Amino acid sequence: MSALLRGHQIATDDYVALADDESGSEGSRVIVSLARWLEQGEALAGRFDQVGVRLPNTVELSTIWAGLASRPLIELDFPAFADGRAYSQARLLRDRYGFSGEIRASGMAVVRDQMQSMARAGIDSFVLRADQDANSCLAALRDFNLAYQPAADRLPIVSALRRSAGP
Amino acid sequence: MYKYDSYDQKLVDERVAQYRDQTQRFLAGQIPDDEFRALRLRNGLYIQRFAPMLRVSIPYGLLASRQLRMLGHIAREYDKGFGHFTTRQNIQYNWPQLERVPDILADLASVQMHAIQTSGNCIRNITSDHLAGVARDELVDPRPYCELTRQWATFHPEFNWLPRKFKIAFSATTSDRAATKVHDIGVHIIRNDKGELGYAIYVGGGLGRMPMIAHRIRDFLPELDLLSYLEAVLRIYNRLGRRDNIHRARIKVLVKETGPAKFTEMVEAEWALIRDGDLRLQPGDIDIIKSHFDEHPYESDAAADTSFDAMLKSDSGFASFVRRNVHLHRADGYRVVFVSLKPLGGVAGDASAEQLDVLADLADRYSFGEARVTHDQNIVLAEVRQKDVYALWQALCEHGLATPNIGLLTDLICCPGLDYCSLANAGSIGVSQDIADRFESLDYLYDIGDIKIKMSGCMNGCGHHSVGHIGILGVDKHGEEWYQVTLGGSAENDASLGDRTGPAISRANIAEAVERIISVYMEQRQSEDESFLRCYRRIGMPPFKARIYAEPEVTA
Repeated sequence: MSALLRGHQIATDDYVALADDESGSEGSRVIVSLARWLEQGEALAGRFDQVGVRLPNTVELSTIWAGLASRPLIELDFPAFADGRAYSQARLLRDRYGFSGEIRASGMAVVRDQMQSMARAGIDSFVLRADQDANSCLAALRDFNLAYQPAADRLPIVSALRRSAGP
Repeated sequence: MYKYDSYDQKLVDERVAQYRDQTQRFLAGQIPDDEFRALRLRNGLYIQRFAPMLRVSIPYGLLASRQLRMLGHIAREYDKGFGHFTTRQNIQYNWPQLERVPDILADLASVQMHAIQTSGNCIRNITSDHLAGVARDELVDPRPYCELTRQWATFHPEFNWLPRKFKIAFSATTSDRAATKVHDIGVHIIRNDKGELGYAIYVGGGLGRMPMIAHRIRDFLPELDLLSYLEAVLRIYNRLGRRDNIHRARIKVLVKETGPAKFTEMVEAEWALIRDGDLRLQPGDIDIIKSHFDEHPYESDAAADTSFDAMLKSDSGFASFVRRNVHLHRADGYRVVFVSLKPLGGVAGDASAEQLDVLADLADRYSFGEARVTHDQNIVLAEVRQKDVYALWQALCEHGLATPNIGLLTDLICCPGLDYCSLANAGSIGVSQDIADRFESLDYLYDIGDIKIKMSGCMNGCGHHSVGHIGILGVDKHGEEWYQVTLGGSAENDASLGDRTGPAISRANIAEAVERIISVYMEQRQSEDESFLRCYRRIGMPPFKARIYAEPEVTA
């Protein structure tokens, strides 16, 4: 059973991931595929309490953003341990589109050793891969306490620290 | 030398702790092999033919004496007493134990060094001109810009899992000594018509099995926009670079398949949306980075020395050394001294622990405590008073470091090949030694003059064979080692890829083939001033081809 981390703690998942042929129970919170959302958005929004959308990591956000802007949750897919495309999607969602809902990571790369990079990119909930220890993954969010690059998290940025110290 | 502040140090220390934990979890069976592989690669550790290989980062090739001593210590303590300098200005150790690598990294961190992102599909070490800061033809010192880029690239959260490795090189001169046009991104620091500092950006160069010269995608990028533009290129690549085929995954393939014009358009569109964001540099940022570098106070009367010229006249051995291994420095009275790591019968780029210690001492005594690694796998002591060059040469002679062959045929680039590397198809070290044996006479080597032979043991092209004036590529034919030869490559401003001579040549005949190529050049050149490369470009392949494959046949 995969654990969910959200807001730096172990959380209970209040969403149910629906396969495209699953109907789900009315009034619940669900996550559906992008294709299904684009096809049945209005009906889904009427039937469920909340509807999150799962994106393929190949989708070009600019083409679909209009349909996503009001969603409470976007799930990003990491289909392989070393496939980093969804990192760019997360950053674009936060930095370019100003998405303030939950960005959830799921898939093969949601492991201790990628947690902090995901958090830096703007991901704030994690469906841990089944073999992962939740407490170890939480600790990994603090592996580094500084960063060189501005990103979507709140780590102190080295260049800003240096600027405030003066040359 | 760039000196860490507490922030740089903390990040490197935290990385050591992270990797120590990863190693322990791997040894406890908690990380699958293929995933640990990706993690250890990002800390420089390969598993090689006989043992792990650790690649240590030397940002833009610059080393302090205490770092050289630490490299010597690591060679003695964790390896078999030597290290191997690479074509990307790094150093590799061929015999470390996986369990002890966290300790090596901790030792490195104690002297402001690391092995971060020296391998894996991420942004690699930033390389530059080995004469940065001392070259007479330099616009500005590129190293602060390299360091800014290094910091941006280090642990970049978005770009640690790219389709493939990513290499960036900087040049700030008219004669590109950093092979920038065969990098994923080449940055040329330039001034525009208005005298403003900025960059020309080249993207999509590369060696390996599909060598390509980079396309210039921007003629002038303003100085403060460097990082946002790099971010735009990397973001396009991370999203759209191919991941279905490892041989099509470099950015050069994306540029080629998209078309350079369309690719440029995509980068520009992305950049337009982020150029005014957090990555835009503030005017003081570059000064802050510059303030981390040492100032070297030059003596104003250094040029008054007369001993240098006197020794040149009286000692012919010294004169030979100066002729090949000593270059002018931008400050009068100073010289740039090349230390050859290509002794006759030696392995290109290898340095023993003792030699590393000697170099550290000599750097302290004669060159402001600094040394540089060149992408030709030699060492440079770049800031030597001319009056000290003679004493320095004598010390180098004592330790087998004074071979006067810089830029000559025996100063060839060579990967570790089949002797060490698990990817190689063929040996390269032995071949380089065979070639050197045929050109033992220094007088003949001087007569041949400037020539770059570059050799790789496989298609991955670590030895940069595609851009060698003479390129040699090891190939496997039914379990035998054969060699594909190319002529006319160059990695400099006139960058070009070499042309194949014809069928591959056997191990037994490859040195003979090189000798025949040289003999054609010596007969055909118009004067001593016509270099091999110019001669080849004038007369073309046919005369070379005719001789290489003439009877008695060399292809066996």
